Order: sequence, then C-alpha cells, then structure tokens
Amino acid sequence: MIDWIQLLGNSAQQILSPVTAAYALAALGLAIHFGYTGLLNFGQAGFMALGAYGYGISTLTFGFPWWAALLVGVGVSIIFALILGVPTLRLRADYLAIVTIAAAEIARLFFTTNTFVQYTGSANGLQGYKGSFEEVNPIPPGRYGFGPFTYNEYDWWVRIFGWGLVIIAALITWRLMKSPWGRVIKGIREDEDAVRALGKNVYFYKMQALVLGGVFGSLAGMVFVLPRAIVPSNFQPTLTFFIYAILLLGGAATVLGPIVGAIVFWVALSFFSGFVARAVEVGWLPFMSTVQAGQLQFILVGIVIMLLVIFRPQGMFGNKKELAFVK
Amino acid sequence: MAHAATTPTSRRWPRLVATLLALLFSAVALMSAAPAHAASQVGIDENDYRVSGIVRLDGDPLEGIRITVEGPGQSAEAITNAEGRWAIGVPERDTYVVTLDESTLPEGIAVVDETGEDETPNSREATVGPSGSVVANFFIGEGERATTNVGGQILDRLFLGLNFGLLLALVAIGLSLVFGTTGLSNFAHAELVAFGAIMLLVLSVFLELPLPLAILIALLLSMAMGWANDAALWKPLRRRGVGLIPMMIVSIGLSLAGRYLYQFFIGGETRQLPYATTTALNTGFYGLSVIDIASMAIAIIVLLAVAFFLLRTRLGKATRAVSDNPALAAASGIDVDRVIRIVWVMAGGLAGLGGILWAYFRPGVSWDMGFQILLLTFAAVVLGGLGTAFGALIGSIIVGLFVEMSTLVIAADMKYVGALVVLIVVLLVRPQGILGRKERIG
Amino acid sequence: MSSNDAVPSSTPTKTSGLHIGEPAPGVKKVDPIIVADHIKRSFGGLTAVDVEHLEIPRGAITALIGPNGAGKTTLFNLLTGFDKPDTGEWTFDGNSIAGVPAFKVARRGQVRTFQLTKALGLLTVLDNMKLGAKGQSGESLTKAIFPWFWRKEEEEIEARALDLLARFKLDAKKDDYAASLSGGQRKLLEMARALMSEPTLVMLDEPMAGVNPALTQSLLDHILNLKTEGMTVLFVEHDMHMVRHIADWVVVMAEGKVVAEGDPHEVMKNPAVIDAYLGSHHDEDLGELDPSITEAVKELADDDADEIKH
Repeated sequence: MIDWIQLLGNSAQQILSPVTAAYALAALGLAIHFGYTGLLNFGQAGFMALGAYGYGISTLTFGFPWWAALLVGVGVSIIFALILGVPTLRLRADYLAIVTIAAAEIARLFFTTNTFVQYTGSANGLQGYKGSFEEVNPIPPGRYGFGPFTYNEYDWWVRIFGWGLVIIAALITWRLMKSPWGRVIKGIREDEDAVRALGKNVYFYKMQALVLGGVFGSLAGMVFVLPRAIVPSNFQPTLTFFIYAILLLGGAATVLGPIVGAIVFWVALSFFSGFVARAVEVGWLPFMSTVQAGQLQFILVGIVIMLLVIFRPQGMFGNKKELAFVK
Repeated sequence: MAHAATTPTSRRWPRLVATLLALLFSAVALMSAAPAHAASQVGIDENDYRVSGIVRLDGDPLEGIRITVEGPGQSAEAITNAEGRWAIGVPERDTYVVTLDESTLPEGIAVVDETGEDETPNSREATVGPSGSVVANFFIGEGERATTNVGGQILDRLFLGLNFGLLLALVAIGLSLVFGTTGLSNFAHAELVAFGAIMLLVLSVFLELPLPLAILIALLLSMAMGWANDAALWKPLRRRGVGLIPMMIVSIGLSLAGRYLYQFFIGGETRQLPYATTTALNTGFYGLSVIDIASMAIAIIVLLAVAFFLLRTRLGKATRAVSDNPALAAASGIDVDRVIRIVWVMAGGLAGLGGILWAYFRPGVSWDMGFQILLLTFAAVVLGGLGTAFGALIGSIIVGLFVEMSTLVIAADMKYVGALVVLIVVLLVRPQGILGRKERIG
Repeated sequence: MSSNDAVPSSTPTKTSGLHIGEPAPGVKKVDPIIVADHIKRSFGGLTAVDVEHLEIPRGAITALIGPNGAGKTTLFNLLTGFDKPDTGEWTFDGNSIAGVPAFKVARRGQVRTFQLTKALGLLTVLDNMKLGAKGQSGESLTKAIFPWFWRKEEEEIEARALDLLARFKLDAKKDDYAASLSGGQRKLLEMARALMSEPTLVMLDEPMAGVNPALTQSLLDHILNLKTEGMTVLFVEHDMHMVRHIADWVVVMAEGKVVAEGDPHEVMKNPAVIDAYLGSHHDEDLGELDPSITEAVKELADDDADEIKH
C-alpha cells in the first residue's frame, strides 16, 4: 500500500525547501525581465550558474568570507548582463532569446571544461564552501520544527536566508513596479517605440531591468547551492525552462505569482513523482518501470507549459483582463 | 537513478538529465550533499561500463595527467588523482580509444613505445570485456613525444567539419523555412531531428527491416510528423491569433515533453544504427569512413534538390514569397496556408534526415540527440540570417567547420563555445546575419 | 486657449505670412522651427525620401500630404530619429539633431504620434498619461524604491494628467486599460499623452486615420488648440477637407521629393500636385516595401506571364 502520510509529508516539505526559494527568486528575476519588461531571457540558468560559481570560487580559491563571495557573484552577473545586453537590447526580442540561451551555455561550458579544473572542479563541480556561511549561523545546534518540517540548525539557517532573500526581492519588485520606473518598464513591454517617442531612454531601462533580474538570478544560484554541492550540469537550459513554467504558472507580471508558482510547482511535482513512483512499486501501473515513472514528471512539465501559454497566459494570479504577456 | 548515456560530441546534455533527475530526486527526498567526486572519476554513475587506469612513472603515481576516452557514446576527459588513478564511465561494451595528453606529463617525460612501430604510443585502444571494465595503462619514461602531422590533422578536421556542417544545414534549413513563413522560433525542431533517428532505430534495429527500406519509411514518418506538428498544434494556434513569443514558449514546452517522451519509450542509453560502428568501412582517406562519404553525398544531393525546389519550382518560389512578405504574397494570390503546410512537411523530412545523419556522425541514437545540436542550429540560422534558406546553409557550414577546426586550438570539451561566441559577435557586428536584410531585424 | 466644449469654429484663425518669396519647394520661412537639408533615405534600391531643402514654420499648423508611398511617414521617422537617413542634416530650434536618438529628440520638445496608434494597451489610461511627463525623478531605478523622493512630483503629474484627460473627455476612462478604448479614443489618448511632455513641436502621423466622424471634429479642435497654446504642429494627412480646414501651410510630397509648398487653397491648384495625385497608384498599403524582398513574388508573376504567352 502507498504510504500517503509520507507522500504528503515529502510534498509538504517542498513549501519551505531552499530549492523552492531559489526557484522563486530566479522566477522573480525572470518576472522583471519577461513579465514586466518583455525581455525574453532564456539564460536565467546562466545567471544562476554565475552566482553559484562566483560564490564557490571566491570562497574556495580566494578564501573570501561569505558576504564578499556573495558580492562577487552579484558583480559577475551584472557584468554578464551588460555583455548580453549591449549587442541584443537594440534588436528584436527573439535575438535576445537566442543570445541569452547561448551565453548561458557558454558560461556552463566554461565551468565544465577541464581547462579550468583547479578553479571550477570541471564536471564534478565544487563543494566545501559552506564554512563561512555556517559560522554566522545564529541558531544553536539541534533539531527544530514539527512533523515533516523538522530540520537541523544549518538547514533552518539556509531556509531562513533563502526565503529572507525572496521576501526582500519581492518587496523591491513590488515597490519598483508601483513606481514611475515600473511604469516606464511596463510601457516598454507594451510598445517600446511609443515610450521612446515620449523621451525615455528605452535601451537604458531595458539594461537596468536585465541587470536587476539577473542579480536576482545570481542570488537564486547561491541559495540553490548552499544546501548542497555546485554541479555544472544543474545549470542546463532545462533549468531556465522550469523557471518559465513556474512563472507562467503564477503569472508573469505579478510579484506573488513567481513565489506561489514555485511552491505549487514543487509541491505538485514532488507529489506527482512520489505518487507515480510508489504506484509503480505497488504494481498499479504494470506497464511502467520506476525509471519511466521518473520521466513522467518532465513530460508533465512540458505539457503544463504548453497548456498554460495557450489557455491561461495570465497564470493563476494574473489579472484576467491584464493578460500580462508579451505579444 | 541516472540513466543517461554520455555521447561522443558532448557530455553536457545527458549529464543534464542525470543531474536534473538527481536534483529532483534529492529535492523530493530532502537535499543532502552530493557524494564526493574527484575529476579523476568521470561519468561513472551514469554508465554501466568503465575504462580506467593508473599513470605511474617508475612506480610513483603522476597526478594531473589528462586522459581522454573516445568511442561509441562517450567522449570524456579525466585528470589523474594523487594516486595516479583515473576512470571514465562508458555506455557500451565496445572498443574505445584512450589517449594520454603528453603535454600534461612532466618535462622530458613521454609515453614510451615498446614495439617501435607505433607512431602514437600515447593513444591506444581498449575493449570493454565481459567483466564490464577494462584497464588501459601506458608505459611512461624519458623519451620523445609523439607528434602528429599538423597538416593531416587540419584536413581531418576540415572533412569532419564539412560533414557536420552539411548535416546541420539539413536541420537548419527546415528551422529557417518555418521561421520565415510563420515567424515561429521552433525549439521543438530538435525533437523532429531526434524523431527521424529514433524511427530509423525502431525500424532497422527493433523491427529488423532492411536499412534502405527503413530509411525510406523513417523519412516518410518524419515528413508526416512535420505535417502533424502543424496540423495539430501550430495551425490552430495561428488561427487563435496566439502571438509569436507565446508560440515560442509553447515550442519549448513541446520540446521538453517530446524529449522525455522519447526517453520514456527508448530509455536513456545510446543505441547504434546498423553499420554505425563498423571499423571495416574505413577508407583510410583522412579518417573518412564509407558512411561519412555517403552521408556527405546524401546531404549535398538533398541540399541541391532543396535549392532547385526553392529557385525553380512554382511552389518553391511561392515559399520564398511567403517568407519574404506574407502580406504581399497573400495579396498576390498565393495560398499561404498550403505553403506553410508544405514547409512543415519539408522541415520534418529534412530534420529527420539530418537526425539520421547526425546519429551516424556522433555516432549513436539517443533521446536527447536533437537538443544537443539545437543551439548550434540556431547559431547557424542566425549567422546566415534568420528566415533565409541559403543563409542557413552557409551558416551551418561555417558553424560545422568552426566547431571541428576549433578543437585544434582549444580543448575538445569547449568546441561548442567557439561557435556560440561567434554567434554573439556576429549579432554585435552584423545582426541581420550574412545573408539577412537589415530592415528585417527591427 | 479656447475651452474644450466650444462649438467647433467654422473658420479657424489662419496664420499667414509664413514664407519669404514665392511659395515653391524649399521656400524660406520667416521663422522656421525645422530646417532640413539633403535628406535621403533608400530601402534597397528604392529611394523613399530625397528632400533637398525643407523648412517648417514655427507657430503654425503645417500639413504634409502626398499620395501613398510618397515618403511622408519615412520623413517623419527620419526627423524624429526613429530612422537614420543615408545622408542629410537638419536642425530643430536652431540646433542640429541629425543622428540624435529618438528619445533625446523627444526630450528637446519635438514629440510625435504614430500612424498606427501606440496606446500602451495594458497600462491604464492614467498611467499612459503619466508616462508622458518629462524629467520624473521616480523614473530613476534607485529613487523609485523610495516613494518619498517622488510622491509629491507624482501628485503634480497626476493633477496635470487629469486636467488634460478632462479636456480630451477621457477622464471617465482614467482607470480603464488603454486596450479597452475605441480607435478614436486611442488617438486622443496618444495626443494627450504627447502633450504631457509639454512639447514645442507636435508631429502627428495621420491623426484622423480610423477615427469615427463623431470624434473628428473634437480632434480638429484639439489640433487647433495646440496652435493657440503656442505649439507648432506638423501633421501627415490624407483627408484634404481637413487639411484645407485647419492647415496654415501645406507641403506636398511625391516619390520621396517635395513637389510643392504653399497655402492650402493655392497649393491644390498647382499642376505638380494634381500630377502627383493623379499619376499615383493607390495601392493597397503593404508597409514600406523593400524591392528586394518582393523578388520571389515578381518571379512568380513572370512565370504567369510566360504561361500566358505559351
């Protein structure tokens, strides 16, 4: 029989998981890019990789404290955004899409190649960079929480840090989008020529949006790797596609959408894959192997992306009238 | 847990699956730190078999020596650890070429040729036996390093690049025609590529049909798949007036779903098509096999046929007209819907053929083989000029040559970087691409 | 300033004495706001605009007319920095603005609207208006997060926007998405939004296109009001009735060149103008056509011709 309690417990854990926080943060960055400004950034995985490696390399190779390493990751992602933006922000939207996905791949290949193995650990990645971050943990050692939400002090610290960043990023986004700056950004999404004709430097605003969303992405990369090791193959284009799925689920031009989208996405995916895996084990799905069961969730994500775009482009939280979507 | 095979041209995409799965599973089961790995162990978890060895000089282990293993389904590098050990996982029980990079050896030290006949003692073959693993060691001592003929190497790479460029062109032209006529940047084009190869695998290996018949049926199925893509999804979406960017995202969803559907049915391993790994077919001419030559010939013939179609036939001209200016084409009485339908059938067929040739080039059929060259295809299309069929051809050849030639100067695992950097530089200097027109990038 | 609900004046006050010497293409103006020289722009092989010399009089309403494909919109795009000419020099208010990017042109007080209305559909009508205001400190990323930097300014902008919306009778719609407005209302909104930037020169690209007759008169009044308030207006129009009614000066373009200039009543008698209109083909508008991108269509047409011969 299926252990429903355990299944539900595992799914519920996703609500607080740092992975969910990382995806929420990355999706928030993408909301600024895609939902509010209309920039088709398909390289969010690249920003995340830069954040993660910027943090990991400056801690391990240069012995930086955690906050300096974090700033390095942010700084590198700003430079990356500038490099991407200069050639493409003057061009049509789909060029940005192709260049960002290519640039993210270039970044990942640089982290994967054996050429820089002493800094990047090549395909095996990096680990052992948590020390400085662990030291500032104010929580005394022990296990805290209840039910499925019982973690040790480091797990709690990572969760508090990750979700703290999500909340700060959400507040900044919310403030910005209610400001005249947000008005210009949304105007650019609707029609950049019209905004240009009103005397706004569209190129400059797009660049600001690209940088800001990219910084959120790089912070997401750090949150993503804090509980585990940095593995370059985590930062594949599929990571970006997952973040798009979350964004579309929650609503592209909303502040809460990316956060709730990330939670719903991971809880649902965890429940789904857990259920299918156990259903195969107990023989409910005789035509399927456990390995095949693991692939079902990817197929599901793909189908969900398609259905959302076609039938509910405003997402769960988007205003029905405001089909917040790039045309 | 991970069931992805690594592949010869790159080990990036399959590792994606492996790690993404790892990521998901560990997310579900709460994250724990990943097991420790040294760069001396590459692809061990993902593969069933392994090639391994120890590098020692007079009994002392040598650290930091680069070992490359190439063969069916695998192309990977490892660096020896402090004990001089290395191991690389391989997906097949087959013969692999193991190469020791002599430049990583200490000064004055080389791989010693015991027989006196081997010109490249630093490279040897290793066959995975029934035990599932094989040890490949080298004799290291003082001596002269083997050097390969640079001119020959360049020509080798030139042919390889041309071969790759031609098959890429088949794929890219379909992508470009679809973009030209419908404005869709179709990420799921990658899955049309894999479809052709997978159908051939099913027909020729699983159903054991004769190869020519199997290829013919696979191509017909690919064309039907192209048609079905349009009829079942894209045409209704065009009717609904869905914008181009939402459509692009739909294609990403389709690509993701399609790719894992393939994996669902054929599994994660790399499988070979008939004759793909037969060494007897080697012609000895710049490392070209009969299959390489046939592949290039087929690609050239098909590309000429496409050119003839576009330039000389009425339907081809109508296709170009729709691609140039749909409004004007419709106003001049061209049946735009019919043109788009035919473009999709062509794109499906060309992608399927490209996929089959790609399966022989890599070599091997795997569920994500299309996605592996998707970015290079986009690079080729943008390089040549979005929406122009001949631009896609030129862009593909350039990308193909660039990818292969660049390995002469940069590490093999970075060979795609060059092509992608070129893509970005081209967008900086000439955003409309080589054959594109300036007004269209607006 | 005339009140917004005034009965449309049947005889608007025309400004005269704008030019020096005989009215001819490129004639000197007493007080030009725009002076353009040797402006040339070609697409592929086709010359879209080739203007030797053109001066736009200050403080007047100038109409730019001509048959389809005469290069009016292209000239508009060039003068406002939305397109770059192959050659050419031009000044606005005595300063060269050749090669100046569109947003800087707008900041200098030369604001334009578009032939296909560019209301920002998913912004509210009020937000559309507020976007038009120049020099907002809240539009800087760093200040935007802290509302106390810009709240007061925002209130002033909102007051001004509401005032303008009332004049354009859009105040009832202020919280609606611009996408929900009718075509004519969008034209009004676009014009009102342009006024938020307090321009000196307003360039309107076909302000009457697609506007229902009920709104036409109010649009005309608004344009006349701009002049009364001291602004200069340059507009592209097809409707000759409207041109005669409100324009103080008319520039006629054909095949990229200025073929005639003059008083609206006189210029229509000019044989070059009659030629331009009669000789032109009123083709279906397919956008700015690059001849090279119509190659395949031509080839098809040639095939058809061949088939008929055989």
